[in-house]
Amino acid sequence: MWKWLHPYADPERAYQLAGKLLPWFSILALGLILTGTIWGLMFAPTDYQQGDSYRIIFIHVPAASMSMAAYMGMAISAFIGLVWQIKAADWAAASIAPIGAVITFIALFTGATWGKPMWGTWWVWDARLTSELVLLFLYLGVISLYASFEDKVLAARAAGILAIVGVINIPIIKYSVEWWSSLHQPSTIKITEESAMPTEMLIPLLINIFGFGMMIGALTLVRFRAEVLARNGMRPWVRKLAQEQGAA
Amino acid sequence: MQFESISDFFNMGGYAFYVWLAYGVTFSSLAVLVFQSVKQKNKVLKQIAQKLAREERLKQNRSNNESKT
Repeated sequence: MWKWLHPYADPERAYQLAGKLLPWFSILALGLILTGTIWGLMFAPTDYQQGDSYRIIFIHVPAASMSMAAYMGMAISAFIGLVWQIKAADWAAASIAPIGAVITFIALFTGATWGKPMWGTWWVWDARLTSELVLLFLYLGVISLYASFEDKVLAARAAGILAIVGVINIPIIKYSVEWWSSLHQPSTIKITEESAMPTEMLIPLLINIFGFGMMIGALTLVRFRAEVLARNGMRPWVRKLAQEQGAA
Repeated sequence: MQFESISDFFNMGGYAFYVWLAYGVTFSSLAVLVFQSVKQKNKVLKQIAQKLAREERLKQNRSNNESKT
């Protein structure tokens, strides 16, 4: 496996591979999110308890679940970068951090606009909401650590250690609604048993969850390509590219 | 379609403010993220091109000075 994987640790090939994958991720993301959002807003049935306010779920749950998935992706990349010293993995981790921060912000914000009409408050300091806020701070910490060092090998090491330590927060977010009593409702989608949601609501929700995942993938590829160029400015192939495209 | 009319749709069963605020902020922050991410590559290439041009100028200055002495 390592023999097969190794060529992609070469910056130029990683850059090209990311460019080849990008259109697929972008098209899938756009198509899925457009479908899921229109379906959720216009065609999914109204909830008998929450009325139409529940339609926030079609962006809230995708953002919240993908904010955790993106964090795991970032932490795994950082781990690979730290242990096997693969620089491309460090660059991938640095590319995911700002995306994850925006997705986490969206999860918190849409949660607040849903909480206000349903719970009567924008915010409570309970376990689910607080641990998700901690996730936002972890992302911001990783971004700032990576930005604070001129030497990006050192920067990736510092940010990577924070990212890996922060993984402890992920199960806390996931199980917070079971471990502590909370205003937040328990999860509606269950993998092992039947979901507590009618199919007409579940399908657009799942479409948007996959759509958000693809979008995070596409944005990671875009930022990864820029990061590869920024870290390899001395290499001839990057210099050639800069002369062709950056001189204008 | 779950709604009787367009105005019904925009009204969101009385929750218009919350639903449209959530969707509005979500898609505008995503738009900013996409825009900023896409612009990044050109910014990096421009910086590298500027650095190359500066190195070229320095090299020429040096050879000019050498030819004078």
